[in-house]
Amino acid sequence: VSTAPASLSARADLVLAPPRRRLQPVALLALPGAGYLALAFAAPLALLLMASVISEGRPTLAGYRTFLADPFSWTVMANTIRSAGLITLICLVAGYPAAFALARAAGLLQAALLAALVLPLSVGVVVKAFAWTILLRSDGVVNRALVGLGAVDAPVRLLFTESGLVLGAVNVFLPFMVLPIFSVVKLIDPRLLDAAATLGSSPLHRFFRVTLPLTMPGVIAGVAFVFSMSVSMYVIPTLLMGDRFKTLSVLIARSFLFMRDRSVGSTASVMLLLIAVAVVVASALLTRRWQPSR
Amino acid sequence: MMLERAAVVAMWTVTAAVVLTLLAPLAVTLAVSVSASSVFNLPPPALSSRWYERMLRLRELWPAVRLSVGIAAVSTVISLGLGTLCAIAVTRGTFPGKTALVTFMVSPLMMPGLVVGVALLQFLREIGLRVTRTVLAGLSLFDFTLVEAARTLGCSHPRALVKVMVPVLAPAFLTSGLFAFLASMDNYPISIFLVDARHKTLPILMLQYLEENPDPTIAAISSGLILMTIVVLLIADRLVGLRRLADF
Repeated sequence: VSTAPASLSARADLVLAPPRRRLQPVALLALPGAGYLALAFAAPLALLLMASVISEGRPTLAGYRTFLADPFSWTVMANTIRSAGLITLICLVAGYPAAFALARAAGLLQAALLAALVLPLSVGVVVKAFAWTILLRSDGVVNRALVGLGAVDAPVRLLFTESGLVLGAVNVFLPFMVLPIFSVVKLIDPRLLDAAATLGSSPLHRFFRVTLPLTMPGVIAGVAFVFSMSVSMYVIPTLLMGDRFKTLSVLIARSFLFMRDRSVGSTASVMLLLIAVAVVVASALLTRRWQPSR
Repeated sequence: MMLERAAVVAMWTVTAAVVLTLLAPLAVTLAVSVSASSVFNLPPPALSSRWYERMLRLRELWPAVRLSVGIAAVSTVISLGLGTLCAIAVTRGTFPGKTALVTFMVSPLMMPGLVVGVALLQFLREIGLRVTRTVLAGLSLFDFTLVEAARTLGCSHPRALVKVMVPVLAPAFLTSGLFAFLASMDNYPISIFLVDARHKTLPILMLQYLEENPDPTIAAISSGLILMTIVVLLIADRLVGLRRLADF
């Protein structure tokens, strides 16, 4: 999972490469992988899509009509998108400066910072979500820190609340925001900023006209990745919120595992899939827009 | 000047907070696992190894570990194989529809695991394939850092290719293999749909255990996983360097 931003940028490069139309024998090497993915990924998804629009052998949109007519579905979708948006925003605000710090740091400090990012990245999500159930307890570390800092007078309820969920999820997804941004920040030539400063550009102006545009590809990759992971997260809400907070993933899992309701399940799955596809398409288009012209 | 100094201070403050919150869950897990208390008290009132002893007595644990490691190993090997071939084809070959192919190949990474799991379950039911379904599922996590690796091979002569291939590709193999392995070990959303009551993977076992008896045994198992990850990362750092691991 951890390499999607790389794939994003790799894909963007390839989109920009001038197409040459001639089949070479080496292209055949792609066949086993493509064939495998077609069978184990594309075909099942196509089948799922079919199942959502076919009922008793006839094409129908009844499943979607029922789903979209139910106010509950809208609550679920709003929950999913709102929490994912919030998580992505916080990840961006915290991750952007951290990526710069990582690029500025040198030697041992940089190694330590990198280790602090890569280690949590490599530890499973079940482990981390479980740890957050301990951290968020009313007598837990987070509450004691909040009281200690004077942010709150008495311990607040965090576990099984949306704030707790957002806090835990931000923590799990943060490396996926920091690392893609870091990968573009470290390529920025510091002389560009010096040049801008020599030419009399103010610090704010320099940031918005030089630094920010140069880091946009990393920002887009990070945002796309964190958002698509947040809309589809399942383990984190299950542990930190329980069943009370319904997101699309929770609804999908419940309808297949417990309610045995394939119609709701496949409709909700297609909805989640549509969101994911929209994120991929949007990020590809935006990356192309922000890629320096060559 | 004032503004810039403020920006630098803000940058390091945020970074310190980020590092602290990233490491907090791991530190807490380790602390709870050696606590004598059976509620998750912090700091631990007294040290004890009882949760580790309890973990070792957990009968269901070892089959789950074996299953998870097995699935992860098989899917890592196969996805490295298929992924490398694809990466070579995509970077060295020119053919119509190349862009579309690459988009298709990386798309599983961005798709919700849960949906892929549901879809696979129904598909496999439909075609009646039962045996290797979890392995099949793990394989959908293709790794495209290999594209970069193959790109460095860009224009070499086919004969020189073999000679330089192993040393050049080795780090990329290691890092993408490592992440493919870890991702596969941790793959809850896909495997929840594809395993049955008798065959549980480690994440599924952990989540079930947590629901049934929430005690620090789960922290002991988690600590085991964290320590294993640290060891693996240290080895990887020795071999290719941490910078390369974080190379997105």
